[in-house]
Amino acid sequence: MKLNIGGITEAGQSKKNLTGSWRYQIPVIDQDKCNGCGICELFCPDSCIDINNGRAVIDDTYCKGCGICVKECSRDAIVMQPEGDG
Amino acid sequence: MSKYPVKNREIMQGSIAVAETIGALEPGVIGVYPITPQTHIVEHLARLVANGAINSRYINADSEFSAASILYGAASAGVRSYSASSSQGLLLMTEVIFNMAGTRLPGVFSAVNRSLSPPINIQVDHQDTMTLRDSGLIQIYVENIQEAVDTHVQIYRIAEDREVLLPAMVCMDGWIISHAYEPVTLWQEDAVKEFAGSYDPPFKVDPRKPLTYGALTDDDKITEFKYMVDSALCRTENKIVQAAELFREEFGNFHGDVVEKYYTDDAKIIIVAMGSVVGTIKEAVDRMRAGGKKVGLLKIRSFRPFPAAAVRELLSGAEMAIVVDRSFSASAGGILGSEIKANLYHQNGPVLFNYIAGIGGRELYPHSIMEIVQESETAFSKDCVPDGAVFFNLNEELL
Ligand code: SF4
Ligand code: SF4
Repeated sequence: MKLNIGGITEAGQSKKNLTGSWRYQIPVIDQDKCNGCGICELFCPDSCIDINNGRAVIDDTYCKGCGICVKECSRDAIVMQPEGDG
Repeated sequence: MSKYPVKNREIMQGSIAVAETIGALEPGVIGVYPITPQTHIVEHLARLVANGAINSRYINADSEFSAASILYGAASAGVRSYSASSSQGLLLMTEVIFNMAGTRLPGVFSAVNRSLSPPINIQVDHQDTMTLRDSGLIQIYVENIQEAVDTHVQIYRIAEDREVLLPAMVCMDGWIISHAYEPVTLWQEDAVKEFAGSYDPPFKVDPRKPLTYGALTDDDKITEFKYMVDSALCRTENKIVQAAELFREEFGNFHGDVVEKYYTDDAKIIIVAMGSVVGTIKEAVDRMRAGGKKVGLLKIRSFRPFPAAAVRELLSGAEMAIVVDRSFSASAGGILGSEIKANLYHQNGPVLFNYIAGIGGRELYPHSIMEIVQESETAFSKDCVPDGAVFFNLNEELL
């Protein structure tokens, strides 16, 4: 592999960076409380939340487990749950 | 009829001559924010655009940071671009200029040299541009209005060369060059455009073919990216020499390539300097030569890339080298002086004197230069050469 000048690369390289591997806890959505308002979708720094059929859905390939969505949800519909060895 | 592509020759102000030259080059994008003493250049360009004389897109930015960012954007889209600034405005551009060099985007800047605040001062010294020296930016310092004009004609083909692709700055002393009136030759638009060539970078921003600029790079590749900037700037030295030679052939003027020598061949004492003071030093050299003193001048035209080989070669035969610096790195001496000194280490070269002079527009006359030479000769003969740089004409009564 040779480096391009100026660090200019094909678009979409960040997809190769699987930020889900950084996670030790995962947000879980309470489907009864969630009203699909989309606030968590806006605030997720990894853009890994989608609103699907009126409910938030998290892509665990890229969710890095930061917990921002938990803080931002005004309906307390998200909680963090430990994963793996913690 | 001149055999060269002369458009007209008239007495004009430095800023207007530079603006007319940029107008002849007609860059696609001009991104600017006014600051004294650079303002006349961008005002005149605004006039050219408003009158329909040139077709450039003229963008009034909300700061120098934005003005430089506009050049970043234009260059990444494959569009030739131009800006001008001075002093604190150049400092505000610094972050973007490092980005342009690292991303290999060749916008061109005119830097109209002015002292840095505080205290506020609008007169010339080189502290503003010298502070940008580590960015990867090409910097050429010019001596007079004609050299400013001719260097702007040369600079685009240097910066936009596929082996270079770096931002470039033509540094011209505030007031002494920007606001003075001299007889100037302006060149025909088609000749100037042909000399500059076209800008055809390997990558261009295109919504149909997205690219990532400014990606994150870890320690496994970052040294290599920095090395690539360093070697591109080193390669630039040859391009500057070639552009100067080609310009001499096609336009008939020559102001030096990376350096210019003036009576250096048999000189025992060589003065080293850049910018408008070079003209004053030439006059002082003539007067001293008339008195039988073997003195010469080495003008540094390209400060970045630094012409290390030329400096070593030209200074090696002298007994004394006297560097007149218009900027300094606090506690470490004159900036040009330090770099010349570093290049002479282990070279068995001349004894080096470094004067910090002409700060904030303090006038340097031919007799000031002769005084500097006299003082250095006395110190040399008494074997009491100062360890570091000397502030010339320091008024102790004020301290
Ligand atoms: S912020 Fe809460 S309620 Fe709104 S979509 Fe996200 S999880 Fe659902
Ligand atoms: S934990 Fe962080 S990364 Fe994961 S979904 Fe919530 S905001 Fe996004």
